[in-house]
Parts: sequence; structure tokens; C-alpha cells
Amino acid sequence: MSVEIARETGYDAWLDALEAGEGYYLRCDGRTLVPPAMTGAATALEREPLPETGTVESKTIIRVPHPDFGADTPDAIAIAEFGPVTLTGQITGIDPDAVETGLEVAVTALETETSGKRFVAFRPAGEVSDR
Amino acid sequence: MAAILIAGVGATEFGDHTGRTGRELFAEARSSALEQSAVPRSDVDALYYGNYMGETAERQSHQAPLMAAGIGETAGLEATRVENACASGGYAVADGVRAIESGAADVVLVGGLERMTNLETAATTAALARTADELYEGRPGLTFPGAYALLADAYMERFGGTHEDLAHVAVKNHENAATNPKAQFHDEIDVADVLEAPAVADPLGLLDACPISDGAAAAVLVSGEYAAEHDLEPAVAITGSGRGTDSLSLQDREDLTRTKAAESASQAAYGQADVTADDVDVAEVHDCVTIAEVLALEALGFYEPSDAITAARDGETAHDGQLPVNLSGGLKATGHPVGATGVGQLVELTKLLAGTHPNADAVPDAEVGVTHNAGGTVATAAVHVLEVAR
Repeated sequence: MSVEIARETGYDAWLDALEAGEGYYLRCDGRTLVPPAMTGAATALEREPLPETGTVESKTIIRVPHPDFGADTPDAIAIAEFGPVTLTGQITGIDPDAVETGLEVAVTALETETSGKRFVAFRPAGEVSDR
Repeated sequence: MAAILIAGVGATEFGDHTGRTGRELFAEARSSALEQSAVPRSDVDALYYGNYMGETAERQSHQAPLMAAGIGETAGLEATRVENACASGGYAVADGVRAIESGAADVVLVGGLERMTNLETAATTAALARTADELYEGRPGLTFPGAYALLADAYMERFGGTHEDLAHVAVKNHENAATNPKAQFHDEIDVADVLEAPAVADPLGLLDACPISDGAAAAVLVSGEYAAEHDLEPAVAITGSGRGTDSLSLQDREDLTRTKAAESASQAAYGQADVTADDVDVAEVHDCVTIAEVLALEALGFYEPSDAITAARDGETAHDGQLPVNLSGGLKATGHPVGATGVGQLVELTKLLAGTHPNADAVPDAEVGVTHNAGGTVATAAVHVLEVAR
């Protein structure tokens, strides 16, 4: 684990939870937050279980890659609603051209081959994880 | 707001300045603005300077004192670098306006610079991706055009519209740039060129996006009192200045089809200037990709949400349309040296309103103009109202 990633322990702990199928979001004074949440130290944060599936609200296929992903393109990236919170992730386990608005997805965490950084990944709901 | 006068403007050509340093480029823009203004360098109270990626491009942070050297009495000069991604220049202008409005300064130099073409494409892609939320968006591999592609997809899913509609934005702005000697591109393109260009992030292709550019821009702003005391009669004034903020990440926004930061900024600017969207005769807006111009026109109140997608196709925003938009060529064809862009818009619009721009014939009677400068996917926005002062 790089120093850079180690600094982001709140985020990494959340990715660990996603990977373990125990994803959560935070509730704070009626607001919902995705970790790492920027709140005062005294704020009471309640963990709520993340819905098992989300719905794609917007999507694109990245043809000129982010440098962290080297030659791993084309990648489909989507914004998906999981109940009260919204996540951004890379969609795996499906032909990028087949991703449509409204697609039901499950969430996990994966690691890039190029940089070793971990990221939020979606896959079509009901599919077996590709890990 | 008491009018703040634009005493002088200057800019380099935008494009590939291989072999020149950032400081050379800024000095060219700065000298041009100061000479046009006839304001003695020793009268400059402050420099607000936009720069986004100097650390990456030239291994140089802390550029404000570098760019202030030689302006005047450096020890007493207040020099500040402003960084708000692609809106850095617009915020430098806004800070300059506020300094004069508050009475803290009589004469301010606002400016911006970016060196970009000296980097490899991958390094530039990485640098621009940092305008987005690194954890939420950078980690999954979202690029800068990719983020706008998500906005375009959401817009077209909800309201309709096609890539061909967007292509007309690029075609229009290239046509305008063809007659602007400061612009990076002078070649006209057609809709087929845009649709057939290599895909970058669906639905956007290479010709939907602005180029990678080097360039600098600067303007000398003075108070009305200073102008009167020194017999200056600038042709154009800033009468409204607004800023707005939205969540950095797209996932935290309630509505992906609207840019609330720009809506807030425009309302603030219109309020200060005591104008409405209907009063605006000409606009320079942040078209880093084609969909961005559509979102800008709606945020500025020129069109209702869902209506601006066909504005370019229908000729309404062309040089001979009801509201010419990006007569300079916009970021799309003039170029987008990130930290300079917001000031570059001010330079271009000032010349359009003063009648000194090569494309000014399109708006001979224009009295009111607007600049719209956006940071990232409009997480920050600076909007300025300019009016003919004499």
C-alpha cells in the first residue's frame, strides 16, 4: 500500500467494506454522505447499509484513458443512484457499449493494473463478480 | 456596483508557444495591457493572477511575485495567485473587481497564464483530471472530457438532442475564430468533421473539445475616481461580478442537467449590474467542450433548461444571430490556456464592445456583454457583466 493511499484510510476502509459486500453510507443530521465524509469531529455519524443495487443515471465510455488506467480502455463509467446516495464507478463485466441508463448494478472495489490504486466498480446486478 | 473601468487589455496569441517560458508570455500580455491603459506601472496597487498547473508544466509554484516583478513598486504591490481550475482567470478578475470596489485599490492588474503544450498528452490528461474529485471521480478513471460526457449524456437522456446538435457549437466557434488573429485555430470545420472525429468520451469526440494551449492575458482595471483624476476615458466598464460554487463531484449534485454555480454567479452579476439576461447583446462563454456552451446558455438565463441544445444549429448564437455567442471563437477554437482563459474572455469581450475586435462588426450596437468562466465541471463559476462606458 502506497503512502498516498495509506493517508486516505477513511476512504480505504469504505472500499474494504464495499469489497466485502458490506457497503455503507453515512447519515448526519438528516443528510446522507459517502465516505470519506468531511464533518466536524463532534458530529455523530450513523452508518446505514448501502442498498445492494443501484441504478445507472448517466454513463460514458472513456476512449482516451485516465493515465491510471493505461491501456485498459475503453472503460464505461457511470453515475448510479443507490437509494439515498449516488456513486461514481467504472462498470465491469459488461460490454461498455451495452451500458444503458437504468441498468441495475452492484458495487464493489477493484484495483487498477497500471497504478495499483483502488476504485469503485460496478457490475450488472445478478452477475457473478469477476474477481 | 460602481462601474470599474477596463483601462487596457492585452493577450498573447493562444496556441503552441514552444520555446517560450510562461514568464515571457505573461510579460507580453501584461505590457500590452499596461501600454494600452496609459496607467503608470508605479500606480498598480495589486496583481491577481490566474494559473492552474504551473507546478506540473514548468515546475514553478508561487508565480504571483514572479509575474509582479517589473510592474512597479514591487515591495508595496499586493500579488496573489488565484487557482480555481479553468476558472482561475475569471476569479482573478473577480478578485480585482472586489479590491477596487472595497476601496483597497485604485488600480489593479488582473491576468492569467498557462503553459501546457510542453507536456505529453498523458501528463496533460492527468493534470486536467485533477480538476475533478480525486477520490470519487479520478479513482474510477473519469477524465475531464469524460466528466462533461456524463453531463451530456444526462442532458440528452432527459431533454433529447443529438451529437449533431452539439457539433454545430464547434462549427460556429471555428467559423468565428477564423477571423480572429489571436485564435489557435483558423480552419473552418463542418458537422461531418465533428461527428467523424475520434471519440474521446462518448458522446464527445476530439472536435467537441477545446485544444491544449499556451497563452497569457491581462487587463488593467481602474476605479472611476482614478479614471477621472487621470483623464482616462476607457470604452468599457465592468458593472457586475458574480461567483458561484457547486459540489466538486458530479455525484453530489441533485441535477446533472444544470450548472447551479453558474446560475448563482450570473444572478449575482446581473443584480450588481441591474440588468437581466434579456439585456445582454453578446456573450463569451466557457465552451471547453460543446455541451458546456449549451449548459452555459441555460445557466445565464438566455434559454430555459432544455432549450439551448438547438441554439447553434438554428443559428441563434451565430455571428448574425439574435445573441452572438463566442464571437472570439470561444475556448473551442481560440484555445484554452487554462489559467488565462477567464481573463482572455474579458479581453475579447472588451474589444467587441469597444468596436476594436476583428469580429466587432457583428455587434455594432452592443451595449451589454457577459463573460462566463467555469472551473472543472462548473464546480466554480465567475460571471462578469461588461457595459459600454462612453
